Amino acid sequence: MSHETTLEQAEHHHEHPTGLARWLFSTNHKEIGTLYLVFSLIMFLVGGAMALVIRAELFVPGLQLVNPEFFNQMTTMHALVMIFGAVMPAFVGLANWMVPLMIGAPDMALPRMNNWSFWILPFAFAILLMPLALGLFGIGSGGPASGWTLYPPLSLQGGTNIAFVIFAIHLMGISSIMGAINIIVTILNMRAPGMTLLRMPLFVWTWLITGFLLIAVMPVLAGAVTMLLTDRFFGTSFFNAAGGGDPVMYQHIFWFFGHPEVYIMILPAFGVVSEILPTFSRKPLFGYTSMVYATASIAFLSFIVWAHHMFTVGMPLGGNLFFMYATMVIAVPTGVKVFNWVSTMWRGSMSFETPMLFALGFIVLFTIGGFSGLMLAIVPADFQYHDTYFVVAHFHYVLVTGSVFAIMAGVYYWLPKWTGYMYNEKLGKLHFWWSAISVNVLFFPQHYLGLAGMPRRIPDYAVQFAEFNMISSIGGFAFGFAQLLFVYIVWQAARGGERATGQVWEGARGLEWTVPSPAPLHTFDTPPKVDDSVASHADNLA
Amino acid sequence: MPGVVLAITGESRMKRTNELIVALAVMAVIIVVTWGIYAVGDNMPNGVTPFSKDVYQLHNVILAVVTVIGVLVFTAMFTSIVVHRKSKGYEAAKFSHSTAAEITWTAIPVLILIVMAIPATRVLIDMENTGGAEINIKVTGYQWLWKYDYLEDDISFYSMLDRESNRARQINSGIDVYGVDNYLLEVDNRMIVPTNTKIRLLLTADDVIHSWWVPDLGWKRDAIPGMVNEAWTLIEEEGVYRGQCAELCGKDHGFMPIVVEAVSPEAYREWVESRRSEQAAQADSSDEIRPIPAADESSALLVDRG
Repeated sequence: MSHETTLEQAEHHHEHPTGLARWLFSTNHKEIGTLYLVFSLIMFLVGGAMALVIRAELFVPGLQLVNPEFFNQMTTMHALVMIFGAVMPAFVGLANWMVPLMIGAPDMALPRMNNWSFWILPFAFAILLMPLALGLFGIGSGGPASGWTLYPPLSLQGGTNIAFVIFAIHLMGISSIMGAINIIVTILNMRAPGMTLLRMPLFVWTWLITGFLLIAVMPVLAGAVTMLLTDRFFGTSFFNAAGGGDPVMYQHIFWFFGHPEVYIMILPAFGVVSEILPTFSRKPLFGYTSMVYATASIAFLSFIVWAHHMFTVGMPLGGNLFFMYATMVIAVPTGVKVFNWVSTMWRGSMSFETPMLFALGFIVLFTIGGFSGLMLAIVPADFQYHDTYFVVAHFHYVLVTGSVFAIMAGVYYWLPKWTGYMYNEKLGKLHFWWSAISVNVLFFPQHYLGLAGMPRRIPDYAVQFAEFNMISSIGGFAFGFAQLLFVYIVWQAARGGERATGQVWEGARGLEWTVPSPAPLHTFDTPPKVDDSVASHADNLA
Repeated sequence: MPGVVLAITGESRMKRTNELIVALAVMAVIIVVTWGIYAVGDNMPNGVTPFSKDVYQLHNVILAVVTVIGVLVFTAMFTSIVVHRKSKGYEAAKFSHSTAAEITWTAIPVLILIVMAIPATRVLIDMENTGGAEINIKVTGYQWLWKYDYLEDDISFYSMLDRESNRARQINSGIDVYGVDNYLLEVDNRMIVPTNTKIRLLLTADDVIHSWWVPDLGWKRDAIPGMVNEAWTLIEEEGVYRGQCAELCGKDHGFMPIVVEAVSPEAYREWVESRRSEQAAQADSSDEIRPIPAADESSALLVDRG
């Protein structure tokens, strides 16, 4: 094995392919990480454009721009593209780049599978987006329009476009599972000598746990959508009551995937923030061990709370009570994390570069999303909140100002390591403040809309909802265009600028900062020796 | 603790005083901002049923709990942001854990949650008690209208978006939606119910999943094909209460409102009598049995004739 590795590396050093072949055939974790991140950025803009169609239609009451059917296609595709195309690949991209650098490994454990798991994605998304794209040219019935949750019987009513979604989901699932296996195997087998499990950076820990969640739940989603496929095309009745099936069973299976999926999108974000805060506070992470335990507890609980997405389907009292209590318990480990982050900052020596600003924005706004999450756990109150804009506000606070802000924090944090150049700090700060203000203008009023009685997924609304919808749309457009600035900043930093040092940030600790910037294509060919003086954080760090 | 107090030097006492002053100022700002956020926004309606009032109360209590926690956490955080800055020459402390603190902020949330769970459980148990209802109404969701069957009184009718809203909601209809009364929240046939009477609703659907929701009644419940869900209500005040389908059910999901009109029990009896004679006359005058109408105006014609 080691012999082969050496040979392969030697080959790479001599003739590294250029152009398209470099990217198409790459087995290098850094190049594949870049591919994932670029892909995710493109999908973020595609999904964002769909969100702007939604916000444009909702700007004033009455239907002006799109018909209801197309509106439903937009809400459905926006969610699928953002979840599977933007957020998940972004975190896999960060893991590809950073996990080997953080644990002192020369590459991912399974480099060819790494290549494969990325290159499935463009095909998966071509298939996912095809019905919608063809529909725009008047071919076929357009994209799926039954919401990203694809609840039957509605999802089975549409045209054959459901087959495209299902096949695309299968491909994404295969990609995710391979990516997860790769990350787990890398973390468990390729750590440098001395990099014990409890010396690992928290980002590595959160990804290790996320990897197990992915392997556990992606097959469940695959099963659910395969049953949809056979119900729609092969005459089975898994979810058809008239044939002895049960439409609610689909929801149970879907959310058994769906709730861990939520944590798949937030645990690595916790990891990123836990890396950034100590760096810019110049103080070790508070309560490292309890952070690891809290992450593991959240992951465990994620498997036993799924039905809190379905409190209104008419479960028995015992069921509703169980899922209410289990969901409330999640507030405890999540609270531990927030308290630990604040304690990390407390009596640190803080500076506020762009990554730190995004991390702080994350903590405040994710906490607000957590609060509305706790409110949603209270079943009787959920009978009011469920399927309203209150829920829309909740999950956008945890997903946009949670996951997406953490991804952006991570990109600004590690960008100098990737490109070798510092990004433009002034523009970075402008991007943060513009995003942070507009995103609240966008999503905060949606709490009010939901409480006042506006259901989600409607293309038109009663006039009492007009004011806050208009404010929300203005925030939406402001937030959307702020992201073009982000694209510009990243593009600029990739092309040149002030040279970054290997250390990059004054307070940064950990193996990734011991290699030069930009990180050379091959790092840690000789494993580094790790002890407490090198480890980024551990409780025994003084 | 005494050891800690003794160990405090003059400098660190100054530091603490500084932190305390900033914390009070920060907290004042956060409280004002929070108050502003609540003042400009809408809140959940209190509603007109015992259940909706319980829910409203639960909502306000949990909102207050998370607000207090939020104010405390954000005060600590922003105090730190103001005071513990490198640009002010603040030197970083070195601590990285405190078992006492970690146990405290695990235990206190657990206690808060237990205190929250008790009233929530009580209200939920109350909601499940559908027994003793005087009136049973079967509610069926269709794409995209509702059907109400009054089981005791043998009344049955469809209820769909009224014509004026329906015209105005067409794409680029040219009709000013502000000129339409109760735009998107008016139906041709309202669900009439008596006040102060326990009413059980049996919810189901004919095609896809819908969800029956009137915010003033305090709950929504899914209407699922092949299943019957139950819920109950007891409306205390006369009035018209409006809601909408809350589960995505296809292209006209946004256009199947629900309007409940609560009237006095006497007025309800009158309505029942007139509705029954209407239905009887209708059954006599036409032998044709109409199928479920498509989502157009035929149901309005069916029930309004006579």
